[in-house]
Amino acid sequence: MEIPKTFLGYKREDGRTGTRNHVIILPVDDISNACAEAVANNIKGTIALPHSYGRLQFGADLELHFRTMIGTGKNPNVAAVIVIGIEPKWTKRIVDAIATTGKPVEGFSIEGVGDIDTIARVSKKAQEFSIWASEKQREERPISDLWISVKCGESDTTSGLASNPTVGNLMDKLEPMGVHLCFGETSELTGAETVCEKRGKTPEAQEKFRKTWSSYNDFILKEATDDLSESQPTAGNIAGGLTTIEEKAFGNFQKIGGCKFIDVLEPAEEPTKGPGLYFMDTSSAAAECVTLQAAGGFNLHLFPTGQGNIIGNPIEPVVKLTANPLTARTMSEHIDVDVSKILSREMNLDEAGDELIKATIRVANGRLTCAEALGHREFVMTKLYRSA
Amino acid sequence: MAGTDIIIHDEKDNVGVVVIEKITPKQDCDCWIMENDKSVKIQSMDEIPLGHKIAMTDLNEGDTILKYGHDIGKVVKSIKKGEHVHVHNVKTKKW
Repeated sequence: MEIPKTFLGYKREDGRTGTRNHVIILPVDDISNACAEAVANNIKGTIALPHSYGRLQFGADLELHFRTMIGTGKNPNVAAVIVIGIEPKWTKRIVDAIATTGKPVEGFSIEGVGDIDTIARVSKKAQEFSIWASEKQREERPISDLWISVKCGESDTTSGLASNPTVGNLMDKLEPMGVHLCFGETSELTGAETVCEKRGKTPEAQEKFRKTWSSYNDFILKEATDDLSESQPTAGNIAGGLTTIEEKAFGNFQKIGGCKFIDVLEPAEEPTKGPGLYFMDTSSAAAECVTLQAAGGFNLHLFPTGQGNIIGNPIEPVVKLTANPLTARTMSEHIDVDVSKILSREMNLDEAGDELIKATIRVANGRLTCAEALGHREFVMTKLYRSA
Repeated sequence: MAGTDIIIHDEKDNVGVVVIEKITPKQDCDCWIMENDKSVKIQSMDEIPLGHKIAMTDLNEGDTILKYGHDIGKVVKSIKKGEHVHVHNVKTKKW
């Protein structure tokens, strides 16, 4: 198949391209959720992103909070941003950083004003942003403006046999076209960590991966109270036939095909070394991982599942594929691409990869994913440790 | 092409994955090895559902399970060729 050279996206002020055109209402902290949700109720064409944190955090944990907030606002799938916080200082820090993209962004703080007046003031600005964004048109953009993140969930052995290798096949075909790619799930590479490390393109990337994985693994071993049964692998993984973390890891690892990663990113860090594959240090919990990847600037997500994970994300459209024929049948409303014919050998990996590329481009052009149509908008912040 | 009951990732693997809804005891199964496109046959001993593994050889306690050509855990209870391989007889070496 000849891979299309372009897709239809929203060109942003900073030169990047969005596959979506969201106006987001971003609360800085948990107690600003109510205002953000009230505004999103008032003003059509906006979405609130409520979450549970943002108070009394400190050190690396606070920096990650800011990086996630700022990266979410900067994502090219976002046309304009409203930031609401209880206090002005942290609110301003986030607004100023998002403003470097050139997109419309405005901050509001609630202290000394109260919810009701804040909601009224913010609603006026949100209405202006929503109407402004509604006039944005899709235009032809190079395929290299796709930034694709990947993460698998509720995996089973069919993931390692077929749906993950299908994503790997897509990566092998799109990497030479200058697409940015990202995989994560540090803990779920356990068992395959030495094989994965060798996929670093440079000794620096390999070394960085080794340190990142070891540090995560040390943390898990320190906190573990049992053999992690039902956490890694999960009960769902075990029901699907996965026996050990090593087996899950080698299945997971199929998603990167034959690609080599050029750098290791902190959680929610934006890649800066040009096109190619990046590894991001993330949790293996689906919503946390995709939230971090979206904050890193990725504008479309591929999610292979075995037993049927149903996740979506408010910023990145999440394209779901499965190779499990039972899941494809019983959970069809969640599955965008069915590659179960690989198991019956009626379809090969090359054909499956092509099907996935076609679906990816249609979604990049604006086709709703199953998760979008079902209203899945899981936005989950990663927290590194307890607050002060 | 049709009629594959079990897929094996790598020639070195000592387990295969059931890719039909289930296999039943004493079923003669057709296996396909992805790595080299070869076919082998095996008779199952147990009922094994879709996605679960079957032992391609006899395995003793302490043996290593190979899948994708890599170490994915150790045998904790001996397994006969054709039997179901899962959490009841295999454990991680990691934790």
